[in-house]
Amino acid sequence: MFLQGYLPSILEGTLLTVQVAVASLAVSVVLGLIGAMFKMAPSKPLVWLAELYSTVVRGVPDLVWMLLLFFGVQMMINDFCTYMDWPAPEINSFFAGVMTIGFIFGAYMTETFRGAIMAVPKGQMEAGLAYGMSPLRVFCRITFPQMVRFALPSFSNNWLVLVKSTALVSVIGLNDVMYRADTAKSITQEPFTVYAVVGGVFLAITSVSDFALKRLEKRYSSGVRETEL
Amino acid sequence: MIDVNLIIEKLPAFFGGTDGAPMLSTSEGLQLTLELLFLSLVAGLLLSVPLALMRVSRNRVLSTGVWLYTYVFRGTPLLVQLFIIYYGLSQFEWVRDSWAWEYLREAYACAILAFTLNTAAYTTEIIAGQIRNTNHGEIEAAKAMGMSKWLMMRRIVVPSALRRALPAYSNEVVMMMQSTSVAGLVTLADVTGVARRVFSDTYMPFEPFLTAAGIYLAMTFGFVWLFKKAEGRWLAYLAPRKH
Repeated sequence: MFLQGYLPSILEGTLLTVQVAVASLAVSVVLGLIGAMFKMAPSKPLVWLAELYSTVVRGVPDLVWMLLLFFGVQMMINDFCTYMDWPAPEINSFFAGVMTIGFIFGAYMTETFRGAIMAVPKGQMEAGLAYGMSPLRVFCRITFPQMVRFALPSFSNNWLVLVKSTALVSVIGLNDVMYRADTAKSITQEPFTVYAVVGGVFLAITSVSDFALKRLEKRYSSGVRETEL
Repeated sequence: MIDVNLIIEKLPAFFGGTDGAPMLSTSEGLQLTLELLFLSLVAGLLLSVPLALMRVSRNRVLSTGVWLYTYVFRGTPLLVQLFIIYYGLSQFEWVRDSWAWEYLREAYACAILAFTLNTAAYTTEIIAGQIRNTNHGEIEAAKAMGMSKWLMMRRIVVPSALRRALPAYSNEVVMMMQSTSVAGLVTLADVTGVARRVFSDTYMPFEPFLTAAGIYLAMTFGFVWLFKKAEGRWLAYLAPRKH
């Protein structure tokens, strides 16, 4: 039998990996939008804060962030609970992994969204405001639909890097595809086959997303003339 | 909350010092990270120039073959590539019987091999993209001078593409520098590996991982600065005009 019946287990792990990736993407988009707004805010401290966030986070490897945040925050919570005489809570590793990856890629998204918002002509927003729309409505109806086109290429790239980064979450104890592969590798004694399957799984995820995102880019670029060389 | 004394006490370990011994007495920590980085970057760059030429060549077999290579290596996580080489190769008897096994059973050689193949894939696409972007005037001028195809490649196309690849390549170098941290997961004592060891010795997470983060941040700034300088030197003709 192929891999002594470990294939379903690896595919189950894949499901968790995809869940982690999608949930982290949601967190990173929210953080990225907040970061981008801070970067363009009129208040200097907010700009500095966003600058600090995007610079420091992007300057340190994601693996180091994961170890630092996962073990560090866990200890902080434990210390705090001991101090308050509360029972220490068990941190859900799915939640921890999603938050950590979301935090890291929020920094990359900050840059993506800032660039995209700046690429939308200012007159568009001004016209919206002149029509009496609230700033939030201007963002939803005017800025956002136009910035998507500028954000998509870099967004796609961030997503592909994020998917590949989720391979690291087994380090913090998540039962993902890499963790399953580790078990399967020890038992089947076929490490190459096991990791080749895992590689194939990631290649499938990145290929499908690449295809879908290309379609989306086309969709959001309708109405923009393409020039041929 | 953060024990500064612990950071100071363990700092030498990140620069090749073991307990008691001075810094740089072993090749652990920063030294190993830089070693892994430079060896794989140099090997990757040397591989990627011919691969990029094959990628843009009109020979379908060559260009598809290189495309497949870059597609697979850019579409899978570096950690998986490292594990395939480090754990996976032992599955085959002919690998275990070969002369290369002496090196391939060491995490060090496996890490360099994985990093080289990974960075070569990204760099190939960067350079190939710039070769395709070569100004047709430059190529026409080279042809008009009577250069042969290879002379034109060597003197005109490749040097100019490499210059224009600098900004994208600087990103790749910083990314690769950060990616070397996965070496700490296959028993190697690079900066991350040392931090993990200190953590398992002391159960103090902040001190070792913040030290490691600081070292990586400093390296990132260092490389960004270095490539700014390099761009000023080799890309000055493309810089925005100063008045």
